[in-house]
Amino acid sequence: MEEVKLIGTWPSPFSSRVIWALKLKGIPYEYIEEDLSNKSPMLLQYNPLHKKIPVLVHGGKPIYESAVILQYIEDVWPQNPLLPNDPHERAVARFWVQFAENKVPCIWRLFRTTGGEEQEKVNKESMEMLRALEEHGLRDKKFFGGDKIGIAEIAYGQVAHWLEMIEDLVGVKLIEAHTFPYLHAWTKNFNQVPLIKENLPDYGEMLMYFKRARDNFLTSRGPGM
Amino acid sequence: MAEENKVKLHGMWASPYVQRVEIALKIKGIPYEYVEEDLVNKSQLLLQYNPVHKKVPVLIHNGKSICESLVILEYIDETWKNGPPLLPQDPYKRAKVRFWTSFVEKELLENVLLVVRSEGEAQEKAIKVVFEKLKLLEEGLKDLFQGETHHIDGENMGILDIFLCSLFGAHKAQEEVLGVKFIDPEKFPLLSSWVTAFTEVAVVKALQPPHEKLVVVYQFLRQKALQPSAAEVEVKEGVYVRSLSRSHLPDTLI
Repeated sequence: MEEVKLIGTWPSPFSSRVIWALKLKGIPYEYIEEDLSNKSPMLLQYNPLHKKIPVLVHGGKPIYESAVILQYIEDVWPQNPLLPNDPHERAVARFWVQFAENKVPCIWRLFRTTGGEEQEKVNKESMEMLRALEEHGLRDKKFFGGDKIGIAEIAYGQVAHWLEMIEDLVGVKLIEAHTFPYLHAWTKNFNQVPLIKENLPDYGEMLMYFKRARDNFLTSRGPGM
Repeated sequence: MAEENKVKLHGMWASPYVQRVEIALKIKGIPYEYVEEDLVNKSQLLLQYNPVHKKVPVLIHNGKSICESLVILEYIDETWKNGPPLLPQDPYKRAKVRFWTSFVEKELLENVLLVVRSEGEAQEKAIKVVFEKLKLLEEGLKDLFQGETHHIDGENMGILDIFLCSLFGAHKAQEEVLGVKFIDPEKFPLLSSWVTAFTEVAVVKALQPPHEKLVVVYQFLRQKALQPSAAEVEVKEGVYVRSLSRSHLPDTLI
C-alpha cells in the first residue's frame, strides 16, 4: 500500500475528522503536526491554494478540504464503510454532511462574539441549526445512520466535543438534556465510542488553547466592535 | 431487469440549482415529471419533502425525497449507471473534481451573488474577489486536465461542468446587467472555452432560459437586494418573473 500522511493540528476538529476516518478503517498513516503560525514548506507545497490543514497525502498526492478527504478515503478503502449501502440512505447521509459544511460554522462565529445583538443573532442561528439536527437528522436514532457511527458523526464531531468548549468560553448553553434530548444523548454516545474517545483532544488543553486564541482575537479586534 | 420507477423533480424555472439536476437527468436519459413550484407560495408537498430547507430542487424517486443539488447529482450517478458517469472513476481525480465543484459553489458563486447584490465600493471589492477566484479556477482546470483536452459534449458532462454551466451559462446576462465581463477569453482562455462549449451542448441549450429572461432575473435579484423597501417594485417584478415561467421550453406552444 502506498504511504499515507496526514498533516494536521491537534486542536482542529477538521484534522480530527480525518484521523477518525483513517482509524475506523484501520489505515496506517504518518501524522505530521503543523505549526500554523509558521507554515512548513511541505504544507505550502501540498496545499498552495488555501495553505490550510488537514491535508492527506497518499502516495505523494495531496488531497485537501476535510469533506473531500473523507469521500476520498471512502472511495479508496471500502472496508468499514462510512456511508450506508442503500442509495437513498447515502443521499440522506450526504445531505447531513453538506448541512454541517453550511451551517455548523455558526458555532465558530459564536466563539468570536462577546455579547449584545451580534451574539444574540448568532446564538439564534446556532439554535436553529441544532433544532434541525434534533428534529430531522437524529430524531430518535442513536446515531445519524442508526446503530453505528458513520460519515455524519464524523462531520458533526465539532458539535459533540468542541461546542462544549465554545459554550464554556462564551458563557452560553446551547445543548441541554431538556431542550435537545436526542442531540444531548448523541453527544454522550459519540464521545464514548472507544475509537473516538481515544482520539479526541484533551478537553483541558483544548480549553486553554482556544481561550488564548479567543483572547488574542478579541484584543486585536479592539473595543466597541 | 429493474423497473423504471417514477422520478419527479420539484423546481423553479429560473433556479440554477434546479438546472443542474435537469441537465444531469437529461444527460443520463432519465425520464422525469417536472413540477414547477411557486416559491412565494410553496406547495405542501415541497414542505413535506424538504422540511429542513423548504427549497428546490427536490428529487423524488421511489416515493423518497433527495435534497441539495450536489447530493442529488451523486444519487443520480450512483443509481442510474447506464448513462455517462458524472464523476471520474479514479479516486484521486474524483477528489479533485469534488474540490473544484465545492470551490465553484462556495467561493465563486457566493462572490458572484455578492456582486449582483451590491453597488459602489462594496461591489468593486466583490468584483475583484471574483476575478481572483476565476484566476485560481483557471489554474485548477489546467491542473485537472494536465494538458489533455477536455472535450465537452452531451455524452460526458460531469458534475464540475454542470456546476460551472449553472453559474456561467448566464454569463452574457450577467455582463449586461452588471457591466462586468467575467468570462473573458483573454484572461481565462481555458474557462472561457469550457463555458462556450457547454452552452452549445444540446441538452443545456434546451434548458437555458433565453437571454432576455435571464436579464430580467438578474435585474430583479439586484433590485431586490438594493431596494428592499421598494416593496411595490419587488411585487411587480416578482409577479413578472414568475409569470415568465417555462414558456421558453420547446415542449410548449407559447
